[in-house]
Amino acid sequence: MNSVLIQAGLAVGLLILGYLFGTIAEKRHYKKIRQREASSAHLPVIASRYPPEDRIYEQRLVRGEVVISSDYFKGFLAGLVNFFGGRVTPFESLLDRARREAILRMKERASEQGAAYVFNIKFDTTRIATGRLAAMEVLAYGTAMVPSAETGPTLDDAVGGMLLNNSDAMTTNTQI
Amino acid sequence: MHTTEGSILLISNLEFLPGRTVNKHLGLVQGSSVRSKHVGRDIAASFKNFFGGELKGYTELLADSRDEATERMLEQAKSIGANAVLNIRYSTSSIAAGAAEIFVYGTAVELVDQPGTHE
Repeated sequence: MNSVLIQAGLAVGLLILGYLFGTIAEKRHYKKIRQREASSAHLPVIASRYPPEDRIYEQRLVRGEVVISSDYFKGFLAGLVNFFGGRVTPFESLLDRARREAILRMKERASEQGAAYVFNIKFDTTRIATGRLAAMEVLAYGTAMVPSAETGPTLDDAVGGMLLNNSDAMTTNTQI
Repeated sequence: MHTTEGSILLISNLEFLPGRTVNKHLGLVQGSSVRSKHVGRDIAASFKNFFGGELKGYTELLADSRDEATERMLEQAKSIGANAVLNIRYSTSSIAAGAAEIFVYGTAVELVDQPGTHE
């Protein structure tokens, strides 16, 4: 009898803790996401397979990934919703956060390299099994389009070159 | 060709590059990696599971595995004489508790500058 009470108490305690910490973490995360989205708005992410032809770009693969865990309260709530059917909003917000975070990380890597666009963004979402509760991995990847100097790059520069201070190397070279 | 030992290959998930043409298709190249974390990390992650949030250990694990899989794919591409891998796709499957397989594939090609585009 006693052990049943202890278990019930523990479950309620975890629910409350999960709710408090989870809600605080989610609010804080959304605030950060909005700030970073605003500050990286100059770098458009485009879901197109066709690269722009207005000038010469170098292409580089960039990725962003995040593994995000749900909390005890979300898990419980999702269980309830699952029973009655309908939108599982606790997990919707979880995946929304993860996806936006992954895009932001990808954009950060792209802008470090001086990209003007990220093209052909693709997502990959996987459930990572950790115990009973859900943890999801979201991967976002795309091609960072890094503008070359006006004269246009050689194949060598695109293949082996770093963008850093190689603007003088961007001359037409037809040794191929 | 310019491709030398140890040079970085051009990798992209687009299918073509303005100003360059595919001289030769060299076929599919692929790389994979299966990794898992030690028990300590798993326990730490299961605690984190109660409160929610990012599981940094797992994020790093998957990022490292993806780097490794990509590296393997590039080695394969180099060994068949490619200077670029186009149309890259990633795929992830969780195969057991705390272990995931990363698979990456793309088309190995030999690219050349299109004559007359860089004038």
